[in-house]
Amino acid sequence: MALVQLAHWGPLTRETLSVSHAEDQSSTRRDFLYYATGGVGAVVTGAAVWPLVNQMNPSADVQAASTMRVDVSGVQEGTQLTILFLGKPVFIRRRTQDEIAEARAVAVNDLVDSDSRNPNIDGGADASDENRSLALPDGTNTGEWLVMIGVCTHLGCVPIGDGAGEFNGWFCPCHGSHYDNSGRIRKGPAPENLHIPNASFVDDITILLG
Amino acid sequence: MSGIPHDHYEPKSNSEKWLHSRLPIVGLLYDTLMIPTPKNLNWMWIWGIVLVFCLVMQIITGIILVMHYTPHVDLAFASVEHIMRNVNGGWAIRYIHQNGASLFFIAVYLHIFRGLYYGSYKAPREVTWIIGMLIYLMMMGTAFMGYVLPWGQMSFWGATVITGLFGAIPFVGEAIQTWLLGGPAVDNATLNRFLSLHYLLPFVILGLVIVHIWAFHTTGNNNPTGVEVRRTSKKDAESDTLPFWPYFVIKDLFALAVILVAFFAIVGFMPNYLGHPDNYIEANPLVTPAHIVPEWYFLPFYAILRAFDGDVWVVIAAEFLTGGIIDAKFFGVLAMFGAIIVMALVPWLDTSSVRSGRYRPMFKPWFWVFVINFFVLMWAGAMPAEGIYPYIALIGSAYWFAYFLVILPLLGVLEKPTTPPSTIEDDFNAHYGDAASGNGPAAAKIPAE
Repeated sequence: MALVQLAHWGPLTRETLSVSHAEDQSSTRRDFLYYATGGVGAVVTGAAVWPLVNQMNPSADVQAASTMRVDVSGVQEGTQLTILFLGKPVFIRRRTQDEIAEARAVAVNDLVDSDSRNPNIDGGADASDENRSLALPDGTNTGEWLVMIGVCTHLGCVPIGDGAGEFNGWFCPCHGSHYDNSGRIRKGPAPENLHIPNASFVDDITILLG
Repeated sequence: MSGIPHDHYEPKSNSEKWLHSRLPIVGLLYDTLMIPTPKNLNWMWIWGIVLVFCLVMQIITGIILVMHYTPHVDLAFASVEHIMRNVNGGWAIRYIHQNGASLFFIAVYLHIFRGLYYGSYKAPREVTWIIGMLIYLMMMGTAFMGYVLPWGQMSFWGATVITGLFGAIPFVGEAIQTWLLGGPAVDNATLNRFLSLHYLLPFVILGLVIVHIWAFHTTGNNNPTGVEVRRTSKKDAESDTLPFWPYFVIKDLFALAVILVAFFAIVGFMPNYLGHPDNYIEANPLVTPAHIVPEWYFLPFYAILRAFDGDVWVVIAAEFLTGGIIDAKFFGVLAMFGAIIVMALVPWLDTSSVRSGRYRPMFKPWFWVFVINFFVLMWAGAMPAEGIYPYIALIGSAYWFAYFLVILPLLGVLEKPTTPPSTIEDDFNAHYGDAASGNGPAAAKIPAE
């Protein structure tokens, strides 16, 4: 309720201020103006504050860096390319046939996290190696390419690769999480498989990230 | 102020009167400086002055450092080395600023423990306590952002882990984290805004310090007995108190001088003892240090953060009851902030009618266990999160919450306190005899000067 109740349009005096609402029909107009002013004030304040808040969101150049093309023609079988994408390392590994065979032999039931963590395929897909490796330009998935964000899902450290850990994949030195050669968490405190970024082949030698 | 009867400022000369009738600023400063202060204050009442000194020292050295520092990911690390090697006396300024943060936190923890032991948070000083807690939170934010600025490995990865805490908030966490960082990861935008806020917050703290002082000048100081200064007459009040200037200022400055001897010994001989060697490696988003640890003053809360993993029953219960909205990671975040919130609420959690712990026989052992537990948590926070350490951290965290939420409320009911002295003067005479007042038989023992 409005704190200030005026009986009539006119000079503001103690007497006009003290007249109660019940005796005075014209105060509905006064109330309306009171709340309308308050409402407009709130909207204007919000409109003025929003740019001050929004300036802290990613700037245009940061947003523009949200896609990246990577030439993978130089990546040999059994090696890994680590690039910095959106401030985080991305592992691009070209796996050997032995690695692929080992990764595909694992039963999904044995996994700690059965989610594929792959935004490139349907949500809810299981964490089989076929759902984690990257499809070739022609749409087939031989499992040759594995592209992952190199951030441990525990506390954000960067795991060591090249067959490290007890499952011949990646090992996080911070708190001892072991990932297999499909980047799936197998042992240690990390709760989730290594996440996969938005990625696809645009031609035979170029991967588009983001 | 303070309702304690005492002499107020009287402008004498014409120019004093002229100013006083227009702006009574001299009177304000005079009354602030001459506030009647309980004369039985012990050495635990020096930390306020030490804290004010730290704040001023950090602001002055900080303003100087910004003159030579460059807030850019490519240049920040090199500019800190530039300060260390090229700027005249830059190494000293930086080491003072770096270790000044540690002195600041040592002082604030002792100041807080003093308040917890002597019941300084109790009515009518709740507002002083709450403002103090706000200052403490601001200090933590300021120190955290300051640690990021040298752009070393610990700077970068500490920032990644701590801002990652906000990502744990359900539904909106990721958006908040991106907003805080100004991008998908800690980068140049983050460094720039952290410098801006690191420069701003100390001045917010300065404002809050003034309000903090205003608040306890309104209620009067607490003292080791927790007994209020008699306000019945000016004579009674003068029997319980002495003016802050010169008596307590000189005492506090003496204590400050002793503390600064130790402080400058550290600055001069072991300036990196409290730091971490990894922070002399430039930040690299592709390589994580083997063991990420925050600065020592955050360790107890870092331990609480990490203590609650998915195997703890309260976490499992919370996850079940909220349908998975509160998971282990978010629970840890809630516990860490909750640890400070329960401390801020202690004026209403402590039910005892006696203010000072000195007259609370059951309170004392629980309090000292709380202090020891603080150091145990600090130690557990520095250890890797494996083996027995998470269990120690969990027990320590449980005690922290139990102390505020169970022990303090129950003690007020179960405990039979001893009787505090009826006046501060009695306490003073009991401790220092009549010697101090110079008119008793004990005075003869003091050689004439």
